[in-house]
Amino acid sequence: MLKIENPPHGPHRVDHLLIAEMVEPGSRVLDVGCGDGALLQLLAETKATDGRGVELSRDRVNACVTRGLSVIQGDADRDLADYPDQAFDYAILSLTIQATRYPKTVLENLLRIGRHAIVSFPNFGHWRIRMELLLTGRMPQTQNLPEPWYTSPDAHLCTIKDFADLVALVDAQVEEAVAFNTSGRRLPIRRSISLQNLFGEKAVFLLRKRYGA
Amino acid sequence: MRADAERNTRLAEANSPSSEVLRLPESEPLRLACDQLLAPISIAYQTYGTLNAAKSNAVLICHALTGDQYVASEHPVTKKPGWWETLVGPGKPIDTNRFFVICPNILGGCMGSTGPASIDPKSGKPYGLNFPVITISDMVNAQVRLIDHLGIEQLFCVVGGSMGGMQVLEWAASHTDRVFCAVPIATAAWHSSQNIAFHEVGRQAVMADPEWCGGDYHSFGKVPRNGLAVARMAAHITYLSEEALHSKFGRNLQGCSELTFSFNADFQVESYLRHQGSTFVDRFDANSYLYITRAMDYFDLGAEHGDVLANAFRGTKTRYCVVSFTSDWLYPTRESREIVQALNAVAANVSFVEIESNNGHDSFLLEEPEFFATIRGFLNAAGVKRGLTV
Repeated sequence: MLKIENPPHGPHRVDHLLIAEMVEPGSRVLDVGCGDGALLQLLAETKATDGRGVELSRDRVNACVTRGLSVIQGDADRDLADYPDQAFDYAILSLTIQATRYPKTVLENLLRIGRHAIVSFPNFGHWRIRMELLLTGRMPQTQNLPEPWYTSPDAHLCTIKDFADLVALVDAQVEEAVAFNTSGRRLPIRRSISLQNLFGEKAVFLLRKRYGA
Repeated sequence: MRADAERNTRLAEANSPSSEVLRLPESEPLRLACDQLLAPISIAYQTYGTLNAAKSNAVLICHALTGDQYVASEHPVTKKPGWWETLVGPGKPIDTNRFFVICPNILGGCMGSTGPASIDPKSGKPYGLNFPVITISDMVNAQVRLIDHLGIEQLFCVVGGSMGGMQVLEWAASHTDRVFCAVPIATAAWHSSQNIAFHEVGRQAVMADPEWCGGDYHSFGKVPRNGLAVARMAAHITYLSEEALHSKFGRNLQGCSELTFSFNADFQVESYLRHQGSTFVDRFDANSYLYITRAMDYFDLGAEHGDVLANAFRGTKTRYCVVSFTSDWLYPTRESREIVQALNAVAANVSFVEIESNNGHDSFLLEEPEFFATIRGFLNAAGVKRGLTV
């Protein structure tokens, strides 16, 4: 299924592998919310990228720098404004947008800083989540969203359809969009966004600013 | 008697230091920021490790206000181990088995580089207040001469904390092609009003001491011991944190079991500060203290670049690792973050870590495991990029 079949230091998150497929070799990438640096390392090893990271957790930042990655302690909501326009080929936000305070502003900043933006996020429209909400009447807790609502960092969950609407709202265009299910199988989203919204557990969007916008 | 002996050693070290010295003749003056020419110039320095054939493994360590070139070897006056011996040495994060470490005494210092305690060739007496007011960029320009002399085109790394960090920033801003990577630690791009205020207290303490003799104490065979000691005591408090002071001393008494109803040093913290003050006087020149604190006060990298700090770094190819400490209130994280913002604004390659520590500004001199791991990791990764063997 995935083109990067045997990446070093596996196993890797499926969305990371999908993102790595989208990134051109040798490009400059900014990974916002880079966590322990797994994606930056994967991109450096498989695509020879020149990578930078931003991460909120001090412990994770220090772990990244100790591993030799260029990462700063910072906040997607606050610190993206410091970066100049088009400073990177790709500005990446993997499974982070739902935890930001101002997702729209963050997305606008990504599209400004990077020639392309790549965003992956958990799909709140997945059938299992819909079922749980319908049957229990309570905020769903799944493998992807394990925390109860009162401790969850995910303040802004959305569905694939919701995200597509936001993309249109910020004058961006979708260059590629991939939804995938629990087993990591990708579902080409263009066939039917409604079906992907129902069966995709997570999605990865490759975006760019609309020309002239 | 001991103090006299130490004073003599100190004066000897100011003019004929134990370390190596680069002596630049009258014909190679340094143009200072104040527009004066300074010559001749001595730059005393220590080196550790071996410069490789490609001259690509040199690490320049810039010392702080009261530091010196004895970063990883015994101090000739105090006989204490090097001030960063836990960080610099064989197998240490700044590994002298891999890197050629250079640590010069700054211009204006008193351990062998030209400063106010050096003999002015025109008068045959120590410069004293005839020494020109110098800046951080003057210190760096003197170091550039040393690096030229050593035949090093590009330093692998420039690293330093506090005022050493200011020199790192100045190096990276003014000589970016000569700095592969830069590690400014517990520092700022400009000296804050509060920090200038503390320095002014220290300087006034020195100058209020009658033994200072208008700066000419050498001629009278005197030393403004009390003034310099008070300056050091006040400054030392700013290097620590409330939490560190409390956990170290609390309200514990020293040398008495109950309050003595006098102005003796009843409390441990008082006795500690007095000790810090008096030992400092034995190894440091009072005028040097005035000049160096002034240089720090004058430092404002943004102001030198049209009031936009980012302009200082425009086009930089240097890789940066900015480090701050949570309990450092003298150079708080906020000020490191400002450096990081400026570097981000020019899309520089920058890492930034804030280290959790209770030890205040002094944290950068202590063996903080997270800090050491950061330095080691950053230098290893940069070394790979530079093609240095691990």
